[in-house]
Amino acid sequence: MQIVVDLTRCQGYAQCVFLAPEVFELHGDEGLLYAPAAPDDQAERVRQAAAACPVQAILVGEEVSAGAR
Amino acid sequence: MPGDLRDGRIVIVGASLAGLRAAETLREEGFIGSLTVVGDESCPPYDRPPLSKQVLLGKVPADTTGLPMRRDPDADWRLGVRATGLDPLGKRVMLADGESLPFDRLLIATGTRARPWPNPEEASLDGVFTLRTRDEAGGLAERLAAGPKRVLVIGAGFTGSEIASACRERGIEVTVAERGPAPLVGALGGTLSKLAAVMHRNHGVDLRCGVTVTTLRGDGNGRFTGADLSDGSRVDADVCVVALGAVRNVEWLAESGLAAGPRGVACDAGCRAFDMYGIVTDDVFVAGDVSRFPHPLFGYQMLSLEHWGNAVAQAEVAAHNMVSPGPLRRPHLAVPTFWSTQFGLNIKSVGVPTYSDHVVIAQGSLEARRLAVVYGFQGRVTAAVTVDMAKSLDYYKHLIETAAPFPPPPGSADRAIAADITIPSDVPDPSGLSHGPTVALTGHLPDRRLTVVQPPR
Repeated sequence: MQIVVDLTRCQGYAQCVFLAPEVFELHGDEGLLYAPAAPDDQAERVRQAAAACPVQAILVGEEVSAGAR
Repeated sequence: MPGDLRDGRIVIVGASLAGLRAAETLREEGFIGSLTVVGDESCPPYDRPPLSKQVLLGKVPADTTGLPMRRDPDADWRLGVRATGLDPLGKRVMLADGESLPFDRLLIATGTRARPWPNPEEASLDGVFTLRTRDEAGGLAERLAAGPKRVLVIGAGFTGSEIASACRERGIEVTVAERGPAPLVGALGGTLSKLAAVMHRNHGVDLRCGVTVTTLRGDGNGRFTGADLSDGSRVDADVCVVALGAVRNVEWLAESGLAAGPRGVACDAGCRAFDMYGIVTDDVFVAGDVSRFPHPLFGYQMLSLEHWGNAVAQAEVAAHNMVSPGPLRRPHLAVPTFWSTQFGLNIKSVGVPTYSDHVVIAQGSLEARRLAVVYGFQGRVTAAVTVDMAKSLDYYKHLIETAAPFPPPPGSADRAIAADITIPSDVPDPSGLSHGPTVALTGHLPDRRLTVVQPPR
């Protein structure tokens, strides 16, 4: 499961940090750092974080597979 | 069906953010034809912003930043092969492996690469890096993890500053050398560059401005050992990161007849490429960092942006226009927006800060390290930059989009006392800086020396 956060859109509400603290963390007052490859056991928390984001900046999905034709 | 824009053959050259988002959008818009995406890197599309942040901090490995798909674009991915030429008449893209791909419509999204150190022999010293790709970031992160005694960063633009910030956070000594008067001055002008310099120094960066690096030195075994500066001083370091900005990947278009040059490939507001005579094509489109396009909010100057958000927005417009007949096409009018996190601060920008003559500090203060700076050009708001005030940015974006008067009228409860005192924006000539601009106005600079506003009577 891969994550990308549209940090152009992110305003530092930090809902994701509360919901999935192992994946998202604040760096300073409002800079967001995250693990783009979320571990499988975090999948549900990451989905909750994506749903809770007030500016809908979190995209969760699969990456293009290396063997794609 | 011939002439049906939703069918046929589309080739996208460039398999990064813009290429992926364009491919997805083409399918979203109903394209049912064949879709081929060519990329010179062997890995699937990945995200670059984390490379200078999470990756250099050692928090995530460089090879884990793969971009999630919005939907599977059902494309033929030709990864690890470089496009070497374009035949616009025969409508084929030539590849490095000798093959050529026929197309009905083409999207150019080849982006940029890091500007290399000009002396190839010095650049090849072990310990000298540039930072643009996953491989480069992985190599540099490994070297930082090994605990170098000192890192030399050449160029104090956004990338150079983020690298210096990551090094300091890891406890590594850093020297930053910048030809201009302060970090970030080329992007943000004089006022915020003062704050940037303070942040560097307060975090223990050995910041040297107004100097150039003249020579990179190695020991007899090809290992980087330090550099000579133009002021006669010498920096001993075991890692060097060359952060001199980006070079557009346009060489493969040299014989194509397109308007492709060092500033990128010129296109219209609908992402259609111009040929070298300024005639717009109708089957070749451009998106992302490699493009330069006119923007009505900024005097119709041709903008070339190295922004994540622009790559996404322009790719979506280009893809829509590739499958839509003339009257249904859309213009790419997004207001430029970008961010940087460094030294614990979140810097966000909207508009074009270099398209300015004056600024005001509209909220907060430099001392508080929390502020909003609004930029104006000839009495109109053209940009805003926030430091740890991201929630205010949309308000200023609205002022830019509506061409609000500058200085801006009171709009926030926490309006700064000095909010109507204008300060020269003090944007230097980019040629005096070490690093290239991430936002380039490729027409004239908005400088009174160059623009006659009211001819003398």
